Amino acid sequence: MSGFAQNTFNGLVSGAFYALLALGLAVIFGMLRVVNFAHGAFYMLGAFGAYVLLTEAGVPFWAALVIMPVGLGLLGMALERAVIHRLTKLDPLYNFLLTFGLTLILQDLVKLRYGVQSSPYATPSGLSGTVNFGLFDFPTYRVFILGFAVLLCVAVWWVLTRTRIGMVVRASTERPDLTRAFGIDVGRWVTPVFGFGIGLAGLAGVLAAPMRAVNPLMGADLIIVVFAVVVIGGLGSIFGSVAAGFGIGLVQAWGEAYLSHFPIVSQTIVFIVMAGVLLWRPAGLFGREEAPA
Amino acid sequence: MLRIENLSAFYGEAQVLRDVSLQVSAGEVVTLVGRNGAGKSTLLRCVMGLHPGQRGTVELDGRDIGRLPAHKRARLGLGWVPDDRGSYATLTVTENLTLPPTVGPDPWSLQRVYDAFPALYTRRDSAATMLSGGEQQMLALARVLRMGARLLLCDEPTEGLSPLLVQQVGDLLREAKQHGVTVLLVEQNLHFATGVADRHYLLAEGRVAEAMDNSEVRSRERELLAYLGI
Repeated sequence: MSGFAQNTFNGLVSGAFYALLALGLAVIFGMLRVVNFAHGAFYMLGAFGAYVLLTEAGVPFWAALVIMPVGLGLLGMALERAVIHRLTKLDPLYNFLLTFGLTLILQDLVKLRYGVQSSPYATPSGLSGTVNFGLFDFPTYRVFILGFAVLLCVAVWWVLTRTRIGMVVRASTERPDLTRAFGIDVGRWVTPVFGFGIGLAGLAGVLAAPMRAVNPLMGADLIIVVFAVVVIGGLGSIFGSVAAGFGIGLVQAWGEAYLSHFPIVSQTIVFIVMAGVLLWRPAGLFGREEAPA
Repeated sequence: MLRIENLSAFYGEAQVLRDVSLQVSAGEVVTLVGRNGAGKSTLLRCVMGLHPGQRGTVELDGRDIGRLPAHKRARLGLGWVPDDRGSYATLTVTENLTLPPTVGPDPWSLQRVYDAFPALYTRRDSAATMLSGGEQQMLALARVLRMGARLLLCDEPTEGLSPLLVQQVGDLLREAKQHGVTVLLVEQNLHFATGVADRHYLLAEGRVAEAMDNSEVRSRERELLAYLGI
């Protein structure tokens, strides 16, 4: 029983990262119709930024947790203004070329300066050690990540469903032209929403630094699973991306624990689930079929 | 209030409007009638600023709005009632009503909307697309009244509605007119059109073929119905 609880807990913790990244991808796709293949690179920059801030300037984790998301969010807004917004009128292939190209540039810039070896990042003070909820000893830092990610997802959900800004974002996402006809300058919201999505990726990166190897390729490894998550949840569906994020974290952890005799299955289980979902519901679990134009 | 001069519109290479000129005075209700594909909806979209390929002049109160983006036109008092009713699935009924900012001197309060449409009030927290077709049409009209729009652009508001609801749409437009609201209406239902409108333009192949008043439409109803293919 404690083994199962531990696997479930670890699954939810990885799921928290998937959820934060997929959430950012979902709001960006909803508002811009751009699939941001560079999302993993911003996650990596979040982690690397926290590492560099700590080792070269002595900036602690808690400060990095604010500085990196805000800084990367601003960088994202600048990139949206400079290049991303040009994608709206182009063939979707350019979407892939530009954002994947950005990924390679960002990764290589980091490699150039810091090489490819992984760097350790100490668990922030106050979050080392374990807490015991009865079943087993949970690492405190992971409990913190899970709670923080859940709070963040709830906060985003609250803003989207309960505030006027959220209402405008939902309307602009669903029917941009119609929303313009109702007096709302949809274009004004595009840049901040892109920056927000990038900021979330950066935040996930900072959170990952103390528990995962910080290296230039950490985002590239993760983002493949995140795209499977987004497809399973339904591209553009906010709720779907979060639910699928945690769900896939669980599936992966359980698969590794209970299907370890079938490595072919346990290592590909995310994609098996994705294929199954696509056969059953081509728009994803919570996606809506695009209305014919 | 609205003046359109030599308006042409294109879908790629295809020209759907050819040098259309027409005027709607303040407080008037004017319909555009014509066969499917005559360019009626495109004309409305051009006025709203939702059709990219257009040439010509669109003036509101003597001001050229032809280059303004749609959201700025809405803020000058245009109210958009699209042919698909424009209900947002991700917004509740109340949110659908309060999404647009108020833009005119005499906006309806939410309370007034709900008093006039009890059916919308009972479903106020449901997704708007869960309403019946008729309720969604009422929602679309109520939304532009709540904006306080001065010029309503209505694309076939009676399409697919029961006679009772058609009558309700008519009452609503007449009431709006009494309060000084101007309406440009795409309509296939001639009986309804003569009941609410002051004048009519017949569009054919992207041109204004004829301008008619109510008595002319009534006396030529049979001929017009045959022409429209209804």
